[in-house]
Amino acid sequence: MTTLAIQMTGIDKRFAAVQANRGASLEVAKGEIHALMGENGAGKSTLVKILAGLQPPDAGQFFVDGREVTGWTTPQALTAGVAMVHQHFMLVPTLTVAENVVLGREPTHGLRLDRQAAVQAVRDLCQSSGLQVDPNRLVADLSVGEAQRVEILKVLYRGAQVLLLDEPTAVLSPPEVAELWGVLRRLQQGGATIVLISHKLDEVMAISQRVTVMRQGQTVQVLDTAQTTAAELARAMVGRDVDLDVQRPENQAGKPLLRVTQLQVQGSRGQPALLGLDLTIHAGEILGIAGVEGNGQSELLDALAGLRPYQGSIKLADQELATLSLSQRTQAGLAHVPEDRHQRALILDYSVADNLILGKLAEFSRRGVLDQRAIAAHAAELIAEYDIRPTDPQVPVRGLSGGNQQKVVLARELSRSFKVLLAAQPTRGVDVGAIEFIHARLRQARAQGKGVLLVSSELREILTLSDRIAVLYRGRIVAMLPRAQASESVLGAYMTGAAQAVTHG
Amino acid sequence: MRALLVLVAVLLSVHVGLLLLRPAGSSEQVGHGPRVGIVFDMGGRGDKSFNDGAYVGAMRAVAQLGAQVRFVEPGEGSDREAGLRLLAAEGMDLVLGVGFIFSDDLMELAVEYPQTAFAGIDFAVPTGNDGKPVTLPKNLAALKFREEQGSYLMGALAALSSPNKKIGFVGGMDTPLIHKFEVGYKAGAKRVCPECEVVIQYAGVTPEAFRNPGKGKELGLSQYQHGVDIIYHAAGSTGLGVFEAARAMKKRAIGVDSDQWAEAPGVVMTSMVKQVDTVVYEAVAQVKAKQFSGGMHQFGLAEGGVGYVYDDHNRGDIDPQVRKQVEELKALIIAGQIAVPSERR
Amino acid sequence: MARTAWIEMLFPPLVALLVALVAGDLLILAYGQNPAAVWHLLVDGTWGNFYGIGQVLYKATTLCFTGLSVAIALRAGLFNVGAEGQLAAGGFGAGLAGLLLPATMPWFFAFMLMFLAAALCGSAVAAVPGVLKARFGAHEVIATIMMNFMVLALLNYLVAAHLHTPETLHTQSIASGLVPRLSVLLPVFHGSAANWLIVLAILAALLVGVVLFASRFGFELRAVGLQVGAAENAGISVGSTWIRAMLLAGALAGLGGLNFVLGYKGFYEDGFAGGAGFLGIAVALVGRNHPLGVVISALCFATLSQGGLAIHALVPKQMVEVLQALVILAVAMAVPEVRTRLARSVRGKP
Repeated sequence: MTTLAIQMTGIDKRFAAVQANRGASLEVAKGEIHALMGENGAGKSTLVKILAGLQPPDAGQFFVDGREVTGWTTPQALTAGVAMVHQHFMLVPTLTVAENVVLGREPTHGLRLDRQAAVQAVRDLCQSSGLQVDPNRLVADLSVGEAQRVEILKVLYRGAQVLLLDEPTAVLSPPEVAELWGVLRRLQQGGATIVLISHKLDEVMAISQRVTVMRQGQTVQVLDTAQTTAAELARAMVGRDVDLDVQRPENQAGKPLLRVTQLQVQGSRGQPALLGLDLTIHAGEILGIAGVEGNGQSELLDALAGLRPYQGSIKLADQELATLSLSQRTQAGLAHVPEDRHQRALILDYSVADNLILGKLAEFSRRGVLDQRAIAAHAAELIAEYDIRPTDPQVPVRGLSGGNQQKVVLARELSRSFKVLLAAQPTRGVDVGAIEFIHARLRQARAQGKGVLLVSSELREILTLSDRIAVLYRGRIVAMLPRAQASESVLGAYMTGAAQAVTHG
Repeated sequence: MRALLVLVAVLLSVHVGLLLLRPAGSSEQVGHGPRVGIVFDMGGRGDKSFNDGAYVGAMRAVAQLGAQVRFVEPGEGSDREAGLRLLAAEGMDLVLGVGFIFSDDLMELAVEYPQTAFAGIDFAVPTGNDGKPVTLPKNLAALKFREEQGSYLMGALAALSSPNKKIGFVGGMDTPLIHKFEVGYKAGAKRVCPECEVVIQYAGVTPEAFRNPGKGKELGLSQYQHGVDIIYHAAGSTGLGVFEAARAMKKRAIGVDSDQWAEAPGVVMTSMVKQVDTVVYEAVAQVKAKQFSGGMHQFGLAEGGVGYVYDDHNRGDIDPQVRKQVEELKALIIAGQIAVPSERR
Repeated sequence: MARTAWIEMLFPPLVALLVALVAGDLLILAYGQNPAAVWHLLVDGTWGNFYGIGQVLYKATTLCFTGLSVAIALRAGLFNVGAEGQLAAGGFGAGLAGLLLPATMPWFFAFMLMFLAAALCGSAVAAVPGVLKARFGAHEVIATIMMNFMVLALLNYLVAAHLHTPETLHTQSIASGLVPRLSVLLPVFHGSAANWLIVLAILAALLVGVVLFASRFGFELRAVGLQVGAAENAGISVGSTWIRAMLLAGALAGLGGLNFVLGYKGFYEDGFAGGAGFLGIAVALVGRNHPLGVVISALCFATLSQGGLAIHALVPKQMVEVLQALVILAVAMAVPEVRTRLARSVRGKP
């Protein structure tokens, strides 16, 4: 047997109440692309962070290139050629690509930075790796995908042979994902070893040679990608069968609930982001909004939720929303699962029970004093109903996995009396089991005669759930399609502007 | 976890080890003279004025009278009383508060500790309901200065040294305490030069007026521009602005409280000094001689409580003739032949 | 878990204290004194006798109020540097009200009116930065600092120019509504300034605890402090929460002024605050913005302050101040940084 690039055995790691890893193991052969899968909270990220030297393990052994490693820190990991590609980009926006790449290991000319050498070094790297970025551009001007390439260039510049990527596609559009795969394959051909964390079954199937599946901090299975299927992977992750393609019952759209006419909204830099948008959400309908990120989705959600002023009209059951405060909108019948879970939906240091009553304080306080008993009962009920784990209502939400955090948000919003739900990226960063659960809840809301506006960057999600699909492109709805007429390729054509604006039905 | 316990253990043992160290000379010196406790005003040591003066006097008492002195520098309002009380409770022979701000606290403690001698520098005697000053306890001495006497000499000196026969006065906060300076100064000037003009101005009506060099410079410049030759200030650090103006206009000024020659050599021709050190030293000496007596003690020229600077630094700045005349006036005041006014009429 | 949590809470201050002690030892040695003698004097002058204890309690009373003031504002995400000005304004309000009230007014009414005056004056001073922050987004640190300058200068002028009794910097004595000292009932405290307002301080801490953790307002206030975006999204009015938090903070600091004015001297004296408002920041931070923590840390800082006076015998004031600053620095550093590190290592091996 050849030496393994990475061999980890019996890794334990505990954070407060959470045992993130218990005897986890990972073996990665040299030169392979190895996927690490598992539900949120399965301990994948922790394992990779230990590997990158960001956290020390409590127990366990690990070997890099056959050498045993102890007291591993990030600089030592780097020296040994192991490096993490950060998903929250740590770049200096006011510096150029080349400057960012060489930052910390600058080629110098006397005491000065040798800019020429830096640019040349980055060019060479681009050449050899197939990553296309102009070294002279400012990082501030880059797209998300390009910024990610710079992050990869950074670790390559430092001589990394083992690249660790934690959910690299979470921020990318489909074409960018395809490009990333190209780059990874090319790096692999150049001899690099790649460990990739992902939630997405199709991605893992497409790119990896082997898959390690984790569950509850343990390694449960190692599979050869060529000899497995997406369904088998899903089963390994969740521990039971999962069906993400439930057939939708036929849609019987009811009366209009939310009517948006000639909506114009400005983006955060004052640029026009929505240019006269019309849409209607009916009772018992899920309306999906498809589009590449940055085409006006955030502005649409903000205008509806009351975070951004608008021109035009938004009427919820004949009531104009323009002048209503956030709490008045809630009372009028709007529920909202915000896009940015950590900033807008949850108070991470509050307990699950306390997060579940956000925006419902009037129901849970009497004469200004919180009714702890009612709060506890409410929490117990929703925790059971939405299968939120851990089940302790007093645990701070910060300690929950992404999927469970999202369940808390969903539980809170769906337990209001509402007419229309705004669901923005409801399954972003959420594991397969929870996705299934969240989808079921959205369908349930529809079945109860609510209207749902679903904004998602996942085309499959849109296609699975929606009754009608609107495609946003550059601030306009360029297509309004019934589900039956939509497919990934049709939507993709509209999303990229390849197809012209048409409205069906 | 273990690393932490080790850290705590190491720190603890280092600490205990250090506790055992006893540097040479750390034990308190045992003197034979009176035990004296001094509480400074806020601002503390290094104010180049009252507190430092008291310190110098106390140190002289240590050297010459064998006194054992302890100092306390309060941090906030309630610390003044606490400091005095601390010292009184320790059985000090004399407890001294530097500054008028101690007046209330001293009154209270003097009653509570009748065996201890208390003294307050610049002590403000409160007025009773009948409008008259209250009687002080027997063990409490109010140590006050006859600033008007020193100022009288300064007025004479300035008038005699002024070619334009025009001199100025800059006061700090417009209060009776500062009026004493003004009134004495003016009387001294008129005595030697009835036709001389005395310009009088104040920097303000709040304590801020003692801490405003900008205002001092403004007043100084305006007076000098109107022909004033010499300005005498009684205005705390506001006076530094007056010196500034004098330097700019190439005129002269007179300092106050302590020798201010060093603030502007060549500009400050002399300073009216309140000999806080002498007063403190005298108080300790009285306690040592068992002659301490309570009540009001005024320190004027005769008692060496006020005076003016005439030394190697400024000998050249004062005309010998002028000096002679001023000394004659001083002798007359000491002899009681001149009564210097201390209040405005 | 409970045991780990306790260790986690106790270790940082313990390590900080030890570091400060060792640094203090070295300083004292450098000055040529015996550390044991100095520390002994410090303990002796504070907890060694009832007078010392009384002084500590007196100082802790003011610090408790200013500490609570800073803590409640911080819970709402606001850094209230203005407790000093609010404290002075509260004291002035009580002093002025005391002068205006007839001497014959029954104690209870006189006290209540001065109590209200102190709270209102403190609130008024704190309201300005609160409103500026809520309406215009003006940074509260700058606004509170500016208010300190303005309030302290204004009060200085009012007292020095108009309200003082001759040859002093304080107002006339208040006739009715003064709070008796502890020594009235407990003669062992004789001479110390400790008074029954300490009961009010403890009640205030309890009240702050209830408001923060059991009331709807406290829930919203903490939500705003932890995650503005999420609080806003939940329909909480961020601006009004900020204003209300500042009003409460100002009232608390203002009530601290009663301790000097009603509990100790019986009149308002210019400059009585003497930094107790600023020290409240340290009290709140070391007390982790928790009412109980604030009470404990107020006692610690009061001990340091009174102990500093006691050790003047051996070391000069400047050194005392360095020692105090060392403790503050050590503990303050322990709060965010050492704590997370400790947490990591403690959690690592349960």
